[in-house]
Amino acid sequence: MAQSHYVFIESRDPFDSADTGFVADTATVLRQRGRPVTVFLVQNGVLATRVGARASHVPRLTGAGVTVLADEFSLSERGIETAELEAGVRACRIDALVDLLVQPGTKAVWH
Amino acid sequence: MTESTLTVALMDAPYEAAASTTAFRIVAAALSRGVGVNVFAYEGAVSLTMREQAPHANPVKGTSVEEEQHPTTKDLVAALLELGRSEPKLTWVNCGLCVDERGAGNAIDGVKRGSPADFLKLALESTTTLVIPTR
Repeated sequence: MAQSHYVFIESRDPFDSADTGFVADTATVLRQRGRPVTVFLVQNGVLATRVGARASHVPRLTGAGVTVLADEFSLSERGIETAELEAGVRACRIDALVDLLVQPGTKAVWH
Repeated sequence: MTESTLTVALMDAPYEAAASTTAFRIVAAALSRGVGVNVFAYEGAVSLTMREQAPHANPVKGTSVEEEQHPTTKDLVAALLELGRSEPKLTWVNCGLCVDERGAGNAIDGVKRGSPADFLKLALESTTTLVIPTR
């Protein structure tokens, strides 16, 4: 049986929704327990990706070894350029999320 | 025959949440990549496919219907259903009880009526299920 790969899709603005910390906490603990974990940031979730964004969970996630992806469309809508992204964050198309979702063993959580 | 299938549950009513647009993008991307998709529309999401939806002009800006090019969700879903008419297939199921509550029974062609039991069946038959709840 394939090992579970956890994919968290974070759509909320961390500066507006304190409960985004729940996703970061869960993703980090799962990674610490050796599970593959990806956080896909979309919609206002990408507002956490700018370098120097205070109270962003992104540095903690990347530091813990969680793969952090950011939806290019959402970044573009909000005027965030690739050069502004926190180290370790990779901008990608929504196709990348689809590829992750259809991998056997994926557990997807939308927030 | 499509090897992978993604089931997506939607709950947001039309014109209220960015999540609806993101869901449409996920469905389109999946179909374009050869992934079959099931959508189960629950609660307010059953109104996404209401046939009576109509684009409108913008009297504040003084623009006509044609100039506004206002996209309706029923047209967006119709385009997705066309994309998923053959393999990989898109199956769109509206929750019947939710439809009845809202008087949203006149849906566009290609939309099926079902129940949460159908959602369970679709989820069990899928590679992955993604639930996109209301906030």
